[in-house]
Amino acid sequence: MKIKVFRSQTNTHQEYALPEGETTLLKALMHIKATQDATLTFAAGCRASVCGTCAVRVNGKEQLSCSCKVKDGDLIEPLQYHPVLRDLKVDKQPAKKTLYSATAWLHSFTEAAQNHADEKRSERQTDCILCDSCYSACPVMAVNPDFIGPFALTRAYRYSVDKREADVKGIVDAIQCNGVWDCTLCGECTAACPKGIDPKMDIMMLRSASVQQGYADPSFITQSFGAPDFGGGFGFDPNAGF
Amino acid sequence: MVDVLIIGGGGTGLSAALTAKKEGASVLVAGKSYPTASQTSMAQGGMNAALGNAGEDHIASHIADTVKSAHGICNEHMVRKMCSDAPGAIRWLEELGVPFSRLNNGKSGIENVAQRQMGGASAKRACYAQDYTGLKILHTLYDNCLKEGINFLDDHFLLNLITQDGTVKGAIFLDIRSGEVMQVNAKSVVIATGGFGTLYHGYTTNAYGSTGDGIAAALRAGGAVSDMEFVQFHPTALKHSAILLSEAARGEGGYLLNCKQERFVDELLPRDVVARAIFAEFEKGHEVFLDVRHLGREKLLELLPQEVELCRLHEHVDPATQLIPIKPVAHYTMGGIDVDDALEVNGIKGCFAAGECSNAKIHGANRLGGNSLLEIITFGRFAGANAAKHALFARSTPADDARLKKDTAHITHIYAREHVVNFYEARERLGKLFYDKVGIVRENGKLHEALDEVIAMQAVLPKMGIKDRSKEHNQNLVEFLEFSNALLLAPAVISAAIARNESRGAHFKRGFEFEDDERFKKHIVLQWKNEETL
Repeated sequence: MKIKVFRSQTNTHQEYALPEGETTLLKALMHIKATQDATLTFAAGCRASVCGTCAVRVNGKEQLSCSCKVKDGDLIEPLQYHPVLRDLKVDKQPAKKTLYSATAWLHSFTEAAQNHADEKRSERQTDCILCDSCYSACPVMAVNPDFIGPFALTRAYRYSVDKREADVKGIVDAIQCNGVWDCTLCGECTAACPKGIDPKMDIMMLRSASVQQGYADPSFITQSFGAPDFGGGFGFDPNAGF
Repeated sequence: MVDVLIIGGGGTGLSAALTAKKEGASVLVAGKSYPTASQTSMAQGGMNAALGNAGEDHIASHIADTVKSAHGICNEHMVRKMCSDAPGAIRWLEELGVPFSRLNNGKSGIENVAQRQMGGASAKRACYAQDYTGLKILHTLYDNCLKEGINFLDDHFLLNLITQDGTVKGAIFLDIRSGEVMQVNAKSVVIATGGFGTLYHGYTTNAYGSTGDGIAAALRAGGAVSDMEFVQFHPTALKHSAILLSEAARGEGGYLLNCKQERFVDELLPRDVVARAIFAEFEKGHEVFLDVRHLGREKLLELLPQEVELCRLHEHVDPATQLIPIKPVAHYTMGGIDVDDALEVNGIKGCFAAGECSNAKIHGANRLGGNSLLEIITFGRFAGANAAKHALFARSTPADDARLKKDTAHITHIYAREHVVNFYEARERLGKLFYDKVGIVRENGKLHEALDEVIAMQAVLPKMGIKDRSKEHNQNLVEFLEFSNALLLAPAVISAAIARNESRGAHFKRGFEFEDDERFKKHIVLQWKNEETL
């Protein structure tokens, strides 16, 4: 079995031979590093899909190395929209800054009565392991690197629906600029998530919450509906976002 | 110069950071990866606190269960502190926003936090968030650290502590990204670097990074370590991948079956007893399985969603309809850096240690499920507060660059070393050696063999080295340094196991099958005399 792995120093794909038999991509990479090429660089942690360290792209799709079964001919590349530090290891610090931009935390605690149904409201969202797969899959990043992005918006949503949050507006305020309205709702994030989280749905829910707080879709604000102005109103406006 | 330098960004480190910052200290959290990549994310089952939300419970019962499981060698004062701080710790986490699983009891605050049964507990005491308890606590702590503007140094590998006249002055790190060796001056230090389960490489539930870096650094800096022989084996890891299946699976009613489909042990006994019972089945040539089929698919997906997925992925087994093949593997190291009642390291003033890297003597010879998350939160906060207090009165003159020069020279030396022996192969061998000869059931003969092999391996270490000569992002170098740390701790574990000629908790020795209180109701403490050894 052979796989090709992106090497950053030469900007090429290097081919490695692996023993036959079922194995995870992470085990395969460890095998290569231990026995064939100690310079191959990648990040790994728990082996159990929970530390968020080992996400890469396999044949163009985001995968956790530890939960992906390697196949002959697989092409392994680093995540997109992250500075590549070396080979498959990327710098996640810029992406993590989006959590800060989104103020994805509990703004103001208030004691609340919660039940099982309340737990369910953010159960899936709080399964997030910050593997950055969704961020890598998001096409908006190609045109707007300042976009807050899927995982931070999911996390903002998770706190916004927490009954203990007394300042939902504080969260909603933080995700207007480069936030919920910049998403194209393409759903690539949802497809990429290894934990089954649906950031696209969370973003749509945050749009509703934004409207409830008095915000409107800025791309509609710049359009005119009343006057017979078919020239500029409905066309593509490069300044309007998506 | 920072007031409090915290090494390790897991649950302990982040709890310490939030607390020290609240106390007014300037805080820096340094770690070899990202905080959310920490071992804490792997804790599944729950966090103990005698809230009594799911049936009667008392703090006194929690203390009694913990002391009983420790088999006589815990510090009861510290156990009392941890257990009585537990409800407050849950309240703190509740206010930070941890998404606990909830009961439908119409109550508010922490009174509706769901609680489940764990082994060795006399009540439903473990607060949980499905089977992602550690993950959800860790990420909520991280969110709060962002909120509070805590500073992080990611991708920084601890090389050594800086000490002067027995007092900590900071630490030396390898900046993994640039390859530079750098010094961080600090008035006090909290070591929160986790355990050393990867000594059992290939036979542990632990993440690759649990290499005991902080424990090794404390030893080198003149600190003491204790109870190193007590390694907990988790009864239920997946047979082929050693990936953990939470104790919650048994707590929720799962059975253990041998290949004759017979139950052979009370599944809710403490982990050491269950692990030995499984080992005894293996010795009879029986395979062992975890059976949760009777819980039904709906309940499994509700209570143990992560387990179901891991079984499917790594064993090709559907737990709702099939038996899960399991084996016990190394899971938690009870021993570690010896600390006093304020969590200050014995031998290094101003240096505190908490969490799995430390030995606060609460777990004794065997840790209860649900007490490790509790320890990292309660004692993480305690260590953070104490470190902040220490910083108030500590001298602010920074250390000279003697340690920095030594460590820089050491790294340079590793780069210059002619590579002869592949340390990755040695790492595999060490893991298997430990599982076979320093495992669930020990014998003096095998322990001595293991010690000889480890000493031989240490003798070869100067011939081991790195193949990757890159200065920047050299993971090969980091893994070599990690292996060196594990190898440094290996003889401490084996020699303590040899010295303890009795069986107590997780340490079980053939020929000495009983507890010998007269000779061994005590801690085995190890400390290096020669501070200059690197």
